[in-house]
Amino acid sequence: MSNNKNSVRKLIQGNEACALAAIYSGCRFFGGYPITPSTEIAEGLARMLPKYGGRFIQMEDEIGSMAAVVGASIAGVKSMTATSGPGYSLMQENIGYAYMTETPCVIVNVQRGGPSTGLPTKVSQSDTMQARWGTHGDYTAIAVAPASVRECFEQTVKAFNFAERFRTPVTILTDEVIGHMRETIVLPEEGELEVIDRERPDVPTEWYHHFEITPSLISPMAGYGDGYRFHVTGLTHDQEGFPTAKPVEIQQKLDKLRNKIMRFADELVQLETEMTEDARICVIAYGIAARAARQAVHMAREKRIHAGLIRPITIWPFPDEQIREHLSHARKVLVAELNMGQLVNEIRRIAPRGCKVEQLNRYDGEVLNPVEIFKKILEVK
Amino acid sequence: MPGTVQASDVIHHYLRVKKNFPNVWCPGCGIGIVMGSIIRAINKLEYRKNNIAIVSGIGCSSRLPVYCDFNTLHTTHGRAIGFATGVKLARPNLKVIVVTGDGDAMAIGGNHFIHACRRNIDITTIMINNQIYGMTGGQCSPATPSKSFATTAPYGNVENNFDAAALAKGAGATYVARGTVYHVQQLDKLIIGALEKKGFSLIEAVSNCHTYYGRMNKEGDAVAMLKWMKSHAMPIKAAKSLPPEKLEGKFLTGVLWDIEKPEFCDEYEKIIQRFQKEERD
Ligand SMILES: Cc1ncc(C[n+]2csc(CCOP(=O)(O)OP(=O)(O)O)c2C)c(N)n1
Ligand code: SF4
Repeated sequence: MSNNKNSVRKLIQGNEACALAAIYSGCRFFGGYPITPSTEIAEGLARMLPKYGGRFIQMEDEIGSMAAVVGASIAGVKSMTATSGPGYSLMQENIGYAYMTETPCVIVNVQRGGPSTGLPTKVSQSDTMQARWGTHGDYTAIAVAPASVRECFEQTVKAFNFAERFRTPVTILTDEVIGHMRETIVLPEEGELEVIDRERPDVPTEWYHHFEITPSLISPMAGYGDGYRFHVTGLTHDQEGFPTAKPVEIQQKLDKLRNKIMRFADELVQLETEMTEDARICVIAYGIAARAARQAVHMAREKRIHAGLIRPITIWPFPDEQIREHLSHARKVLVAELNMGQLVNEIRRIAPRGCKVEQLNRYDGEVLNPVEIFKKILEVK
Repeated sequence: MPGTVQASDVIHHYLRVKKNFPNVWCPGCGIGIVMGSIIRAINKLEYRKNNIAIVSGIGCSSRLPVYCDFNTLHTTHGRAIGFATGVKLARPNLKVIVVTGDGDAMAIGGNHFIHACRRNIDITTIMINNQIYGMTGGQCSPATPSKSFATTAPYGNVENNFDAAALAKGAGATYVARGTVYHVQQLDKLIIGALEKKGFSLIEAVSNCHTYYGRMNKEGDAVAMLKWMKSHAMPIKAAKSLPPEKLEGKFLTGVLWDIEKPEFCDEYEKIIQRFQKEERD
């Protein structure tokens, strides 16, 4: 980010960084319902949005919030919400609607312990799978997971870009510690980070199909009131948006939902690695757990243990190929996460032959610390 | 051109005639009559098609927007008002209309309904009350009268039913009216009144589901149910001068409530105007 003299340095929370980045990304609508530990995002946007001509509404619940977010986006405005586990569960029906209707929107899930109301003020990564499979039906999800306040900013901008580019909901999967932790960041200036807007149609109105199957699989998107009248439904629909029961069209629609994302998986995948080239044991962790994992790997290196770190930033789609490549020389892989084991199943699925999968889980509301992970490395290496 | 369309062509001008017909409704269903009223009201008011968004939930009633040539949004069960709130805030200049059923609006969507009333957001909600769940095959709804039969009330409904209009009034709506699919001209007028009102307006359109409610409750076919509406509807103006015993078993129609109150989008706009001028942080 910018090192310019005039650049603004700020000591802020992860949640505040998400809110600032939403404004930076051109988000002009927020609908939400307060829930710890996400509330600072709503509060920040309630304060900022009107200054940018945007609108904020505190809805009556998360179901209504997600409905409003999707409605605002279909009307043509970049939209977001923020919540935590229980609220994210309530949103799922309308997140599914956004998948089906290919409506861009961003949902921040600041994870806390569950199930149910669980641990409102304590950390967890137990919604890893909810971010992938939260709503019913077949679809492909995008989720990004920042590990610092600076990344909260960057990944929020990315999330909007992915949402707009692929016409899909995108989840930002943070957690209580990242949301509330304060770090100094340099705020990027206008134009410094790429901001993508949805592709708008340029065809005559009578040719416009809201769900047109284009070669790129991304359909240009008009907003209500732009002069293109169109129908949107959560029922399986044809290219014009009208309900269909034809097997060919049904399959075409579902293939599109998957392929428009999977075909561009390489563009979506973001991964940070350290010292994996000669690593015999790789630690895989995301978000807050990855910060401890990095230190643990450094501690191991000091003890001449060939350890490496793999930190997926894009959690979904899962970076299968990329991780497999980094594991090609490893004999062991240690998956460290703040749940009873969710990410580890993905690693089991993709780990190369001869690479044994070990796991370290903590689900008592506390973060994994570097020493714990280091000890586990010593134990299993 | 809106308003100048020949009376005989009005309906066709506003429908997606090429694409979506025949419709899904049973012959004689009242929902089509409500659709006609909505279209005539829009035509009369000379609104442009591009400036209208019709949002619905799930149910027979909520299928209405698919046939209409506006910006149309067929959403999830009970959530239409939530989606409509987002549409309205994103584009306050759009005329936003919600079409919903008694189950959609009062059961699963009850919470969104009362809070939209409370906010007094400029959305016109047309709730087609057929007293039952049509789309799923005749189950009980919050509008099913006590003792009536439904597939999920095989021994008679033991619950009390909502008065949607009273609920809307109590929750803060600024225009509340009730009509029926028998009294079509009145329904047109009530919808015009609602659309012209700046604020949250509710039209309860009493309709017939002869396929389920009529059959299960021995109320006969569509025509018999329309006749029942004719004999049981009581214009609110007339009711004022009648003794209570004459009102027994009747339901009131007409504009039941009409007040002035600040509207949500307008109030929010004032905040935008105030703070957009100040220095941004
Ligand atoms: C979340 C959810 N629950 C249940 C349903 C099933 N469902 C579809 S329509 C409907 C009731 C519709 O009744 P009403 O709103 O009165 O409309 P009508 O069909 O009578 O016009 C129900 C329960 C659904 N689609 N979604
Ligand atoms: S089931 Fe009832 S409400 Fe539905 S279309 Fe038929 S008559 Fe109308």
